[in-house]
Amino acid sequence: MILAVDILLLGVAILLAVKAIHTKDLVESTVLFAGYSFVLAVIWFELNSVDVSFTEAAVGAGVSTILLVAVIALSLRYEEEEERSMVRNYLAAIACITFFIVLALGVQDLPIIGDPNAPHHQHVVPRYIENTYEETGVVNIVTAILANYRGYDTLGEVTVIFTAGISVILLLRRVWQ
Amino acid sequence: MVLEIILTKYNYFIYISLMALGFYGMIGKSNLIKKLIGMSVFQYSIFLFYISIADVEGGTAPILVKGEVVYVNPLPHVLILTAIVVAVSTLAVGLSLAVRIYREFGTLDENKILMGLKND
Amino acid sequence: MSDGRGIILRTNARFMVPFILLWGLYVLTHGTSGPGGGFQAGVVLAAGIILYAVVFGLEESKRIFPIKVMLIIASIGVSIYAWVGIFSIIFGGKFLEYGKIPISHYPAESSKLGIEMVEIGIGLTVMAIMLSIFYDFVHRGD
Repeated sequence: MILAVDILLLGVAILLAVKAIHTKDLVESTVLFAGYSFVLAVIWFELNSVDVSFTEAAVGAGVSTILLVAVIALSLRYEEEEERSMVRNYLAAIACITFFIVLALGVQDLPIIGDPNAPHHQHVVPRYIENTYEETGVVNIVTAILANYRGYDTLGEVTVIFTAGISVILLLRRVWQ
Repeated sequence: MVLEIILTKYNYFIYISLMALGFYGMIGKSNLIKKLIGMSVFQYSIFLFYISIADVEGGTAPILVKGEVVYVNPLPHVLILTAIVVAVSTLAVGLSLAVRIYREFGTLDENKILMGLKND
Repeated sequence: MSDGRGIILRTNARFMVPFILLWGLYVLTHGTSGPGGGFQAGVVLAAGIILYAVVFGLEESKRIFPIKVMLIIASIGVSIYAWVGIFSIIFGGKFLEYGKIPISHYPAESSKLGIEMVEIGIGLTVMAIMLSIFYDFVHRGD
């Protein structure tokens, strides 16, 4: 957790997110979104989470960008003009600022990042770290938790992914006939 | 007191502002694809929050090596790993709904679609 | 998108795609001894095949990786996961308790084998579904 690198990357992520939501050209928004997810993958690599980092790099810069570009190619490239009044934008901004304030008031109870005495490091995780090699024979703790200690949840996740694939087939393939 | 909170926990304010940006994209913009991009920005910022609280000072990646080493907390990594792939599946289903709506109404603007539904 | 791209993209992709697919297979089988596993390998393999399809044309890619085979692979992936669980019940354990599979006398080694089978199942399903979603989106209705 090097401080200067952290702040630089987070600042770049915020700038990319602001511009991606604000711009009216959807292709520019898609490319900025791909940049945002890649900057997030670099931040996660710097936070010592290697598995998550390269999953995010492959998914963000590969699959989701291609899907967005394909949908833009099938429909419109530019956002359409707003002929309504700006009341809706102001109401949305007020809702987001309220959201920000409510969550910011909750920050004072959260632990400092990197503190080894934080409560979420104390109860279940030492048992996983100590007993992984004897009980499962695997060196990668993340894989052991994913496939052995919490294997039932992973079965549900794979079913969710399969169901999403079937839903896309149902929605889009009827158009082919 | 407030300054001390801001200085030691500055990361959380950045994550909350990313969440608020994604939320504004979801409810304040009227193009369907822009709403989906806002939803994805929101989801990725929540993953960032989880991964950052898993970090331990001086820790290393959670792969067992010989010797006395401090490991980072592996449990949020497990949650977020499945959540990333589920997020892209959700994006795919949302985009396919947007394609069907475009074929039906000829527009991707939310107000025009509601107008079209009212006139049906 | 059906006629392929220029010479720079084709040369680079011809060089990169085999290495991406090989690295995806490495990540899949080494999930237990280093970073890696099922989800990572699935998305990396899907990204490699999508790169091939974008550069060389969609018909070429559908000739090598057909849609029906992808759906069969997806079903096989989920079935492998569920059948490993039922296999454990047959030998006297609970559902997905890998220690009871009779490969060796130590439950840790049987557990490692169970984890590797399950990771292969997850990787196959994730790769096949990502590819199926990609084919559905870029189909040109002719």
